Amino acid sequence: MSLKTFLRGVHPFDGKALAKDSPIRQVQMTGEMVFPLSQHIGAPATPTVKPGDHVLMGQQIAAPGGFVSAGICSSVSGTVRAIEPRTTIIGETRDSIVIENDGKYEAVPGLGEKRDPSSLTPAQIRDIIRDAGIVGLGGAGFPTHVKLTTKDDSKVKYVIVNGAECEPYLNSDYRLMLERPEELLGGLKVILSLFPNAEGVIGIEDNKPEAIRLLTEKTASEPRIHVEALKTKYPQGGERMLIHAITGQDINSSMLPFDAGCIVNNVATVIAVYMAVCCSTPLMTTVMTITGDAVKSPCNLEVPIGCSHKDVLEAAGGFSVQPEKLISGGPMMGTAMYTLDIPVQKTSSSILAFAEDPVADNPSSPCIHCGRCVQACPERLVPQMMQVAADNDNFEWFEKLGGMECIECGCCTIVCPAHRTLTQSFKYGKTSVNRLRREAQAKAAVEKSAK
Amino acid sequence: MNEMYNVSVSPHLRSETGTNSIMRDVAIALLPPCLFGIYNFGYKALLLIVVSVLAAIVTEFVYEKLVKRPVTVGDFSAVVTGMILAVNLPATLPLWMAALGSVFAILVVKQLFGGLGQNFMNPALAGRCFLLISFGSQMTAFPAVDGISAATPLTAMKAGESVDLLQMFIGNYSGCIGETSVLAILLGAGYLLLKKVISIRIPGIYILSTMVFIVVLNLVTGNGMPTGGYLLAHLFGGGLLIGAFFMATDYVTSPITPMGQVIYALLIGFLTALFRVVGKSAEGVSYAIIISNMAVPLIEKATVPTPFGRKKGKGGAKA
Ligand code: SF4
Ligand code: SF4
Repeated sequence: MSLKTFLRGVHPFDGKALAKDSPIRQVQMTGEMVFPLSQHIGAPATPTVKPGDHVLMGQQIAAPGGFVSAGICSSVSGTVRAIEPRTTIIGETRDSIVIENDGKYEAVPGLGEKRDPSSLTPAQIRDIIRDAGIVGLGGAGFPTHVKLTTKDDSKVKYVIVNGAECEPYLNSDYRLMLERPEELLGGLKVILSLFPNAEGVIGIEDNKPEAIRLLTEKTASEPRIHVEALKTKYPQGGERMLIHAITGQDINSSMLPFDAGCIVNNVATVIAVYMAVCCSTPLMTTVMTITGDAVKSPCNLEVPIGCSHKDVLEAAGGFSVQPEKLISGGPMMGTAMYTLDIPVQKTSSSILAFAEDPVADNPSSPCIHCGRCVQACPERLVPQMMQVAADNDNFEWFEKLGGMECIECGCCTIVCPAHRTLTQSFKYGKTSVNRLRREAQAKAAVEKSAK
Repeated sequence: MNEMYNVSVSPHLRSETGTNSIMRDVAIALLPPCLFGIYNFGYKALLLIVVSVLAAIVTEFVYEKLVKRPVTVGDFSAVVTGMILAVNLPATLPLWMAALGSVFAILVVKQLFGGLGQNFMNPALAGRCFLLISFGSQMTAFPAVDGISAATPLTAMKAGESVDLLQMFIGNYSGCIGETSVLAILLGAGYLLLKKVISIRIPGIYILSTMVFIVVLNLVTGNGMPTGGYLLAHLFGGGLLIGAFFMATDYVTSPITPMGQVIYALLIGFLTALFRVVGKSAEGVSYAIIISNMAVPLIEKATVPTPFGRKKGKGGAKA
């Protein structure tokens, strides 16, 4: 049987062997915990506590700031010290709730209580997911209850669990599939209960045969769930590539997975749904892979959200050599951090520490027009031409070339022999086009009201 | 915490293949044809190769120093230009003409248009055509090899003589320094394909379509169905193979869109066949490639692929 996949893409060195076989270790933290109010897509959360308040573990400290927004629950018990701007992973400051952890981990009443999902209505399930602060944990951080709210639930044909984990070096989803398969399947069943006509598909890259075997075994007697082995290729876990591989349907930037009858969630998110709905436990921890050639002992840790990256690294055993580069997330789409003094967020899935920084070591040179970027782009774009357009602020041409379809996967950039910063230009191009569109809309609205 | 780590926009990886390693591979792949040329035509060929390469490097270096641009001779692209020019020269050419060709290629065709990646013609080929136009007789004065006729096989064939295909395959005949030995060219081409420096798309389609168009044009012009030997002579001779693998594949002057590459290769194939069958010139490869080079920007614009998930004909995003 040929494995399902998509056209083009790349095979970067995967580096997974470093931490792949290290079981998830739970660690507790002490000291200050920081919860940025904006760690998801959408409106920032609104604090429900004030400085001086005593909070319990699992207690909501910020409520969703709108429909497309997510609340935040404290991962520790302690005292709210301040609500003030703090530096976040993206390198900018965001208003954050700062809690002094008392180290007692005193829980709110009812935390961890078992609950039977069949006794809940779909609306109740969605509310629980919203109140638990669950967002897409694969990186984007889109509020999960919004994703699970569709125009027509009967039109959803596939509930896809993204177990591709195609980013090099990351292992957290892999470890979760191996160590918490029951929670994963439980969460998937909860989501399936919202969509009566959907089948559940767990897509896993074939470089994780143990996970494929285990979950295939566990789903053998599940009528609505099956496992799909996918070819190992980056960006197999990209939402559009995954939908293409599993359903054969293609969606573009102006469509939602729902348009192809799909709902896609990653492994950690589905487990978070299970914990919230079936175990009354909101999103309070995240599993992170701490790895890279500058890390002494690469491992997978489950840490409370809000703790500092510095503490996570210490818990992992520290650096073996002084790194040049730190990345939160994968090397393809993750964010470089200039310091470790940054709080862990819901979407944090790793700390990568590299002794050398290939970006700094390979400055970009003139494009030699070799076409490698074209051969790599999973969106079938022409990155070389798009960069010329974006760099010259020719946004009209950038759009014509399909620039808005770019998923910023980075394939073109890592194959370019001239080491051009293509993806960077496309982020700029896309932001600029979006800004121009907004301005045009605003102008049109003003003109309309003037008439 | 005072230490600051590097930051950059994702992705945080870079290719280990660089411009210079690619150009170095092309230079390595050009060695078999060069070596065979030296074996075939003697020390004069060696001198021509050395002079062309040196002239290319020196021109690039001096120009970049003069206009205070970063010096890029380390990327091997000037070396490759010099080598490609040299393999396209007859061994009897005066050395200063070869040097002039290199200077023209690097200075006028490459640097004046903005350096690596900006030229719209293959510099080496433009250099060759410049020499052909300026010094036509010297450029076609091919030396005799082992007493065999000094005419190239294709001119011989035009004159109605028969040619020895085995000798053509090995390369024991007259012609430009690097174009005679099919064997040596295929060795170099195999290396480039193996190293994934080039893909078979452009050379494969180019060679096939040349053959097809030669048949078609022969039929159309009333020459009747050509024989297998005639076609093989066209395949082996006149620099078709070295043109297909080393010049038509030049990155800068060939399209990057997959469809564009197909059209481009077909165009060169058609022009080559046209020049050979209908035109007076027996060779025609260089001209065919150069003319097609100039159509590349147009071809590329017309062949921008439809992005993933979009319907054909609707390139732009919905506003
Ligand atoms: S891969 Fe780099 S050098 Fe090659 S065409 Fe694309 S941008 Fe230019
Ligand atoms: S970053 Fe954009 S242009 Fe580059 S390969 Fe990915 S989708 Fe294509």
